Amino acid sequence: MIANQLKKLLLTLLIVITAQVQAIEIDGSSQLLMMRSKQSFPEAMLALQSTLGEYDYIISRVQRIDIGLTGMGYNTDMYRVLFFTKPNEFREVIAKYPELTAYMPLKLTIFAEKDETIIATVDPTVLRFINSSAEFTRLTRRWRSDIVAIMDELRELE
Amino acid sequence: MPRFKHFSTALLLLFTATTSLAAPKGDLLYEKNCGTCHGLDGSGGVGVPLSLPSFQASVDDHFLFQNIRYGRPGRVMPAFSDLSDAQVNAIVRHIRSLAPHIKPVVLDNSKVISGDIINGKKLYSENCGQCHGANGEGGHGTGVTFSRPRDLPIIAPALNNAGFLAAASDEMIRHTITYGRQGTPMQAFGRKGQNEQEINDIVAYIRTFENSKHWQPVAVDEATITMESEYGLEESVENLKRAAVGKNFKVIRIQNLEDGMFPEAEQDKRSIIVYFCNFSFVNRAINIDPRVGLFLPCRITLTEHDGVVSLTAINPRYMSRFYNNSELDEACSEMYDIYIEIMEEAIL
Ligand code: HEC
Ligand code: HEC
Repeated sequence: MIANQLKKLLLTLLIVITAQVQAIEIDGSSQLLMMRSKQSFPEAMLALQSTLGEYDYIISRVQRIDIGLTGMGYNTDMYRVLFFTKPNEFREVIAKYPELTAYMPLKLTIFAEKDETIIATVDPTVLRFINSSAEFTRLTRRWRSDIVAIMDELRELE
Repeated sequence: MPRFKHFSTALLLLFTATTSLAAPKGDLLYEKNCGTCHGLDGSGGVGVPLSLPSFQASVDDHFLFQNIRYGRPGRVMPAFSDLSDAQVNAIVRHIRSLAPHIKPVVLDNSKVISGDIINGKKLYSENCGQCHGANGEGGHGTGVTFSRPRDLPIIAPALNNAGFLAAASDEMIRHTITYGRQGTPMQAFGRKGQNEQEINDIVAYIRTFENSKHWQPVAVDEATITMESEYGLEESVENLKRAAVGKNFKVIRIQNLEDGMFPEAEQDKRSIIVYFCNFSFVNRAINIDPRVGLFLPCRITLTEHDGVVSLTAINPRYMSRFYNNSELDEACSEMYDIYIEIMEEAIL
């Protein structure tokens, strides 16, 4: 009996410790969520698009900043901004939090660095100043964890 | 004694699990926390290179450790205060493995170097300011550039930076100036024992940067800029277009807010986005910090609600603090002023 309880206790402890270590490893950096993909820009772009799809997001628009820049005579490698959202959630969120309109849909920056690709965005939980309710916090945390999970998947790809 | 057996198994389980946790994986920690900026192989990017033999030879593990702890406030690199000592040490070991044959210098980090500050200041402005900035604020932009042309192959770090000054000992600074970093724009000023006193003077002067004003994140709580227009939706859009063009911006796109999410017929027509851009400004912003895409392109959203049209945009000053980049703060301040001017003009 005692041994069983002890075992339970120890296991719980173990889980708590593991969870903490993982949290620290993810939270180590700043308030931008960033990753480096080992893939070249076109491959990374495709992978990003399909992974967003797997998480039920659609891409509402891709802004080709590089095309605009080179068109004006500035030299740059591939540089895009990708707008993504879940359409029905988008409507609900805008109706409930109109203050969030300027930040919606969510955005990711993707740009080439030689034969690799950088993807970056601001951690959505920084929008806490817009609304401090528990519900809003849950919403931005979910966006954050989706983005982190998507980046974790993309990081694995060769 | 089955009870004790269970107990000891559980204990053993916990023990092995914690020891494996206690040995953090430097390569994974580096990939997640550092690799995006410094490159997976340490060749640089938004951050400076870390694998160069000349760099690895000229800094000790203490300097690397402190750099990770303090970061470079206002110069992009975040402080990693949440990592445990063991994790930071694992990262340091991983950085060393990027240049495995290099033996780092041994420095007396407690040694205080004194010198003639006035002479140091003069020597600094003659020899260092052109790259590290007149007041040690660093070059424009950071790190290595792969994606666009810039002034130098590696942008000179800020020397008036609180994180740098906390991580670097006098001896480290003296050593760096004396031997430079081969393969980077940082040349050696004292090889063969030249300029010893002058170099000490410069070190003493660089220490005075500790008294200069250090970067603080801009504390703005308004995440958006919002104004109301007295005109109808269509007219407000026209006014806004005119105002943006008047400020040298090109209107690049006008669309329903819900464009790309729902079929045209189902889109809410009372919310409209006007996108505009000034490519010279965008080019400058990306050079300062390639991660600025979140601000791009400029956008104002017009929404009609109960007959009232409101204009809203992100507040660039609110967003900039999250980039830990003092140069970007300035650009965002400029951007903020432009948004205000354009919106005020549009609702006039
Ligand atoms: C031609 C440009 C240039 C000049 C001139 C120059 N530096 Fe540098 N310096 C650099 C660059 C680039 C680096 C970063 C090298 C690297 O990536 O390892 C650097 C690195 C350093 C570092 C290490 C900074 C850090 O973050 O660890 C110190 C200290 C330094 N320089 C001091 C000086 C001093 C003092 C002078 C004048 C005597 C000087 N430099 C002149 C370009 C320059
Ligand atoms: C968001 C980008 C970014 C991240 C993430 C980042 N750094 Fe940096 N790091 C920089 C920049 C930029 C500089 C140079 C600062 C300057 O130019 O003033 C720098 C400087 C350094 C230096 C000093 C180099 C020198 O020449 O003295 C070290 C060491 C360093 N970083 C290590 C790390 C490690 C280790 C990590 C991960 C724990 C890390 N950095 C994460 C951007 C980053």
